[in-house]
Amino acid sequence: MTGGPPPRRDRRAWALQAGVLAGVALILWALLAHALAALRARGIQAGFHFLSQPAGFEIGESWLSFDSQRSIGRAFAVGLTNTVRVALPAMVLTTVLGTAIGVGRLVRYRPARAVCAAYVEIVRNVPLLVQLLMWYFALTSLLPDAGEAWRLPGGVFLSKSGLAFPWPLSARPQHLWPLILDRPLLGPFNVSGGAAVTPEFLAVLLALTVYTAAFVSEVVRAGIQSVSSDQVQAAQSQGLRPRQILRWVVLPQALRVIVPSLTNQYLNLTKNSTLGVAVGYPELVSISNTVLNQTGRAFECITVITGIYLALSLLTSAAMNRYNTRVALRGIT
Amino acid sequence: MNAPSRAAPWRQDLFGSPWRIAATSALVVAMVVLATRFFGWGVARAVFRADADACRALDHAGACWGVVGEKFRAIVFGRYPYDQQWRPAVGTTVLVVLVVMSGLPRFWRPWLAVSWLVGLGAFLLLMHGSNTLGLPPVPTSRWGGLPLSLLLSLLGLFLALPLGMLLALGRRSELPLLRALCRTYIEIVRGVPLISVLFMAAFMLPLLMPVGLQPDVVVRVLIGLALFSAAYLAEVIRGGLQSVPPGQIDSARALGLGRWQLQRHVVLPQALRAVVPALMNSIIGTLKDSSLVTVVGLYELTGALSLALGGDPTWRPFYLEGYLFISFLYWLACFSLSRYSLWLERRLLIDRRLP
Repeated sequence: MTGGPPPRRDRRAWALQAGVLAGVALILWALLAHALAALRARGIQAGFHFLSQPAGFEIGESWLSFDSQRSIGRAFAVGLTNTVRVALPAMVLTTVLGTAIGVGRLVRYRPARAVCAAYVEIVRNVPLLVQLLMWYFALTSLLPDAGEAWRLPGGVFLSKSGLAFPWPLSARPQHLWPLILDRPLLGPFNVSGGAAVTPEFLAVLLALTVYTAAFVSEVVRAGIQSVSSDQVQAAQSQGLRPRQILRWVVLPQALRVIVPSLTNQYLNLTKNSTLGVAVGYPELVSISNTVLNQTGRAFECITVITGIYLALSLLTSAAMNRYNTRVALRGIT
Repeated sequence: MNAPSRAAPWRQDLFGSPWRIAATSALVVAMVVLATRFFGWGVARAVFRADADACRALDHAGACWGVVGEKFRAIVFGRYPYDQQWRPAVGTTVLVVLVVMSGLPRFWRPWLAVSWLVGLGAFLLLMHGSNTLGLPPVPTSRWGGLPLSLLLSLLGLFLALPLGMLLALGRRSELPLLRALCRTYIEIVRGVPLISVLFMAAFMLPLLMPVGLQPDVVVRVLIGLALFSAAYLAEVIRGGLQSVPPGQIDSARALGLGRWQLQRHVVLPQALRAVVPALMNSIIGTLKDSSLVTVVGLYELTGALSLALGGDPTWRPFYLEGYLFISFLYWLACFSLSRYSLWLERRLLIDRRLP
């Protein structure tokens, strides 16, 4: 902006800002004071001491050990690890699928373009929640019972009770060689042994992967298209091979466009994993919902999840900004 | 990466090389298999009558489209009293007509805004009822289905747009405190998942409000949706504001335009025009997001389906057909909006006489 405003306007501007700020602070204070008074009237002491109380409920699946005697704080930790447990594999899978579809929309072979375009147009325009509920219904109602589980290649079994797959017997690194796998076995009524994931986990994973891939593919496509074809032609005339062109000309420039949007999609995916609450997958929001119902501490529970997601977002955008300053073109705007 | 070739003859395109011949054959086989499977399931072996016994006899070998006919009104209108469902039907029609009219540039006249106010008023009056008009009142807890989805997305957007515009202007303001305030709001809201905002609106807002002033749950969720969308719209609009060349602002100032005149006549028209695609994406997002209110116990389209089928053991096995039906409704709305956005973008380019 051009030079400083005259002093009189300056003072008025500050008065205006102070007024707005005071107004916002007053509204927030009034709401908070009222909430605290309402809580006290109900005999609830506001604060985070309840996090150390025993939870009193069980959690269906978890990385950390948990039972109803453990603290509510630990229940939140379990919720967070469950969020990570589904979000990380979904990010990897959606990147692979999304990149394949994004590139598929740019190849010369027309039928591939049509198939990929159809995928994007169908998946993007149906709410994620509806897709998630559909996956969950298909996984829990249309699959065979555990006793008649589908046998997939690699000793994997798929049934109404989830997906069972071989897993190393010991998780300790020194025991990884010779690698001994604990293979699932099909019994008369169930699948035993190996490692297993629940249908809830699978439904959230599949829904997030399929849905986000449509958006990732658009990001990838836009990134590649942002590299002008002159650059490719110039590289060709320099005698670079297609693979070299991709590695040294297209990708470095495309990634500048792709990475920020891709990070956004990862953040969206993590936030969307909260939809797991609709199918009973015990991620952060679902746990917090249970705690809220049991203790009535709406204020604290919502503060906890908001704080965690906010920290996650701010960390990611800080990392993004660092990346951006590192790869930004210097001298060109 | 090569850009797609523009005018390859189809024969060259499909069979030009051994690789292409293989790919085309594989695709044809896959398409034929999928098409016959889907046709067999969805049409040939499907039951179209609302006949639960016939449906069960199929054992999922064919679709049971009868479930849509049987539960149609429960899915589309939720728990609204059965004999009064003409009211949401009329109201929804009014809103859909208004949406279609708003899309056509020939109706972009001042009276369109008036029609919206009248239309929304009529919709709310019809839904809510009034004893003086002979319409028995229906509490909002009985509202549901498509009318509720439409109401939440449309009213949510109407509330979010002005707020988003103010936030975007505030974030670019010359006043540092105001700028920081708007920026904090936008970053916080964009950082949290919609579900937690909805939980907040449904469960925390009642704690914050005085006992006599507790708004209805539909209103609370609406406020939550609007506050959430506003932060995203603000970022979209800010993108547009940044695209307005600074020279334009300087010239407008030189012509003696005031602060608000400048925004109203010079900046916003250009900024909004520049962000039509992103804005339409946000609108589509809001429509899809409205499905989430089912998690806090409102029975809009998605929730109404669960309510209609979940409570009925006879029809519960045919959820998939129900989901496909509502997916189709959502898809139709969102896909039309995205096509419309492309058309509008091209038209606005022509209006500006740009190449």
